[in-house]
Amino acid sequence: MISLYTRRRIINKASLTLSLLAMGFGLFWLCWILYTLLHEGAPAISLDLFTKTTPAPGSQGGLSNAIIGSLTMALGGTLIGTPIGILAGVYLAEFGSKGWVAPATRFINDILLSAPSIVIGLFVYGAVVVHMGHFSGWAGIAALALLVIPVVLRTTENMLKLIPTAMREAAYALGCPQWKMTLFITLRAAKAGVITGVLLAVARILGETAPLLFTALNNQFYSNLNQPMANLPMVIFQYAMSPFEDWHALAWAGSLLIGLIVLGLNVLARILTRQQGSN
Amino acid sequence: MTAQELRLKKQKQQDALFRGSTRMFAVLVLALLAGIIGSLIYGAWPAITTYGLPFITTVEWNPVTSSYGGWDSIFGTLLTSFIALIIAVPVSFGIAVFLTELAPTWLRRPFGIAIELLAGVPSIIYGMWGLFVFAPWFADNIQFLFMMPIEQIPETVASNILGSEALWAPLALVLSKIGYAIAWLFTLPVPSSLMGSQVVELPYIGWIFNAPPMGIGLFTASLILSVMIIPYISSVMRDVFEVTPAMLKESAYGLGATTWEVVWNVVLPYTKNGIIGGVMLGLGRALGETMAVTFVIGNAHRIPGSLFDPTTSIAATLANEFAEAANPMHIASLIYLGLLLFVITFFVLVASKIMLLRLQRNEGAHS
Amino acid sequence: MTTELKPKLAVKNLNFYYGNFHALKNINLEIPEGHVTAFIGPSGCGKSTLLRTFNRMYDLYPKLRAEGEILLNGQNILAGSVDLNMLRAKVGMVFQKPTPFPMSIYDNIAFGVKLYESLSKSEMDDRVEWALKKAALWNEVKDKLRQSGLGLSGGQQQRLCIARAVAVKPEVLLLDEPTSALDPISTAHVEELVHELKQDYTIAIVTHNMQQAARVSDFTAYMYLGELIEVGETDTIFTTPRQKATEDYITGKFG
Repeated sequence: MISLYTRRRIINKASLTLSLLAMGFGLFWLCWILYTLLHEGAPAISLDLFTKTTPAPGSQGGLSNAIIGSLTMALGGTLIGTPIGILAGVYLAEFGSKGWVAPATRFINDILLSAPSIVIGLFVYGAVVVHMGHFSGWAGIAALALLVIPVVLRTTENMLKLIPTAMREAAYALGCPQWKMTLFITLRAAKAGVITGVLLAVARILGETAPLLFTALNNQFYSNLNQPMANLPMVIFQYAMSPFEDWHALAWAGSLLIGLIVLGLNVLARILTRQQGSN
Repeated sequence: MTAQELRLKKQKQQDALFRGSTRMFAVLVLALLAGIIGSLIYGAWPAITTYGLPFITTVEWNPVTSSYGGWDSIFGTLLTSFIALIIAVPVSFGIAVFLTELAPTWLRRPFGIAIELLAGVPSIIYGMWGLFVFAPWFADNIQFLFMMPIEQIPETVASNILGSEALWAPLALVLSKIGYAIAWLFTLPVPSSLMGSQVVELPYIGWIFNAPPMGIGLFTASLILSVMIIPYISSVMRDVFEVTPAMLKESAYGLGATTWEVVWNVVLPYTKNGIIGGVMLGLGRALGETMAVTFVIGNAHRIPGSLFDPTTSIAATLANEFAEAANPMHIASLIYLGLLLFVITFFVLVASKIMLLRLQRNEGAHS
Repeated sequence: MTTELKPKLAVKNLNFYYGNFHALKNINLEIPEGHVTAFIGPSGCGKSTLLRTFNRMYDLYPKLRAEGEILLNGQNILAGSVDLNMLRAKVGMVFQKPTPFPMSIYDNIAFGVKLYESLSKSEMDDRVEWALKKAALWNEVKDKLRQSGLGLSGGQQQRLCIARAVAVKPEVLLLDEPTSALDPISTAHVEELVHELKQDYTIAIVTHNMQQAARVSDFTAYMYLGELIEVGETDTIFTTPRQKATEDYITGKFG
């Protein structure tokens, strides 16, 4: 018969060991995935990747059209989504104390933040693709912009709320109108935080595939925004599902590229947050 | 009017304009939700009028005869997410406890970031990794065991994992017994022949016997989903653990409680609503995850008979078929599925949000 | 009070509510032009609340309301028709903690000025220099006007905030415990400054530090639980208060 005290200590040790194992479980997958990415992707990285377009099976090629397409659409989505997200976030943080619009928007935005991105794709399909009559880069941009908005809105609101009230009062005490206070004082003070939000949003849309499936689709060549547009995630999807070894290699190279950029942006965003935290 | 008064009047107008335009963008976000629901209903309308609500419970997906029912996809979505939760919740809880109570302070930040990076890995990478790396490994090392007589398993595992060194054999035997027991528990119903030295027969997944185990299917999809949602659940858990007032914890420690007792008896009850909210958030994410699942679920329109069967989910069905669907009824049925997916995740996420808000309100009442 | 004093601000029957809480009860008071009036009293007595009615800072928050009259140059500033921005141009305020804006020292000061006046570059330079000199900060920052205001020490930041308020050329300056976050040396700087500034401005200062009130003010008002207990010349209040409660507080018998 072990004493109650010993039993309590054993339970404590056992459960804490389990929590350590849980941590190990999480890190294990991250390491395995990163290792695979480097192991499979690194050998396929070459200059051709950036200069040649996606090949037909059996021939040589690269991913340049997909890289350019991804960058174009991510840039477009960010340029459209960011101002909308920031302005809506400003409304929630600065004017949101009265009325029903702000609480309702806050609630709905949190839901859109986690809503399935494939449904966003379906929405844009119905709203844009059907009307244009064909898949296009513009539709891809629209879908990505819709994913950017909730992320930016949320970070903007959170960051503005961290600005001390005293800063706002000081501006009001000078007789400063609200729009000037927001644009030149509070948003400026929250700059690092808002940039973090935008970086996270860019990281998210660069890796998103599902919303592009029915909007930008894919393209074997360079294209303008009125045509279906190549992008890294779709190329990876298509090539990985194919039976061709050289396409698999290209898919791995694309995955490594995306993985490095996306994880890099994530880490950068966190470093920025930390710098602001220490100020 | 003086110049100064004019200036002030102009500023007032600018203020109203600014306020109005930010409000417009906030309303735009609301309109977006309405737009999504409206456009999905519009797109799905032919299927809704043709099949009605029985669409939800019908297992039938035949583009050739143009008859559609969504239950296999819906069931696959719910089941993969549910199994993912069973794995992810305890692990996330352990990670949150580790990061808030156990890890030395200097380790918390890097480890926390590492776990959050799991959420940053694009889902297409999970999918590709799952298809090319995890599934074959899983097939060779785990599923393999289900196909051989019990007494051969220890040797096989020993040679598979540890090489043929005799030294390792006893260890391998113990490990494999444990592994087999776990795997066996998962695979229901219990084969009656288990007691004898026969192959464990899994008659309802006959394809396993025609081809080597493929590693893709329900369980692989669920496991990858669980890895993807762990960062979401554990980060909410961490956040809510940190709102537990230090005084509350200190009083328990002051009574001589162990770390575990403080977590289990003080922190957990205090943060209950927040934890449920976090779990629901993870569930919401899992339900809608597309690419990772599409790669590894097998994409078979059927109700899975075992844990390793290929099946499909709403998102996977959409990803596979939508761009190529030509028949209007096929498209409408797919959008109908998308609508159902949105409705399900919407309610799960609303529930999550409400639980989290409730924790905040409690917190306000306590302080 | 001597007869030649002209009231800059006159408070008449002022009542103030936070929702249902009656925070200021029937306050009547005059703040004479060109002098320093200090408000003292235990925390929660309403002295900051009173100060914040003078520029209607409470307007920012829902559920706060004031009743009665506050006359600035004879005009009721509590009236709904009052232009708040205009009011705040006339009544400047400095807060407990320094609140430099996230911009350069120069822009911190120019920001407020630009709200009301269109000045040429050289006029603005002059104004910034003038305000910084008024706040006794010029010599310390004249070589780093383009650097961030956040890089200054706490005391310098507070003087920057005073310079920012002064630059707009207000008629009244409200100081809400301006030295509570500062070290003794910076506090002395700010107190000297208050002395200088009263030549040109009417100053109202809230302080929890009685010695400070005695040092810087011409008139002192003692408040307790939302009521104005006594107001008069500082010397009189500190030597021969009329009310027992005031005497108890000043001599430290209270609380």
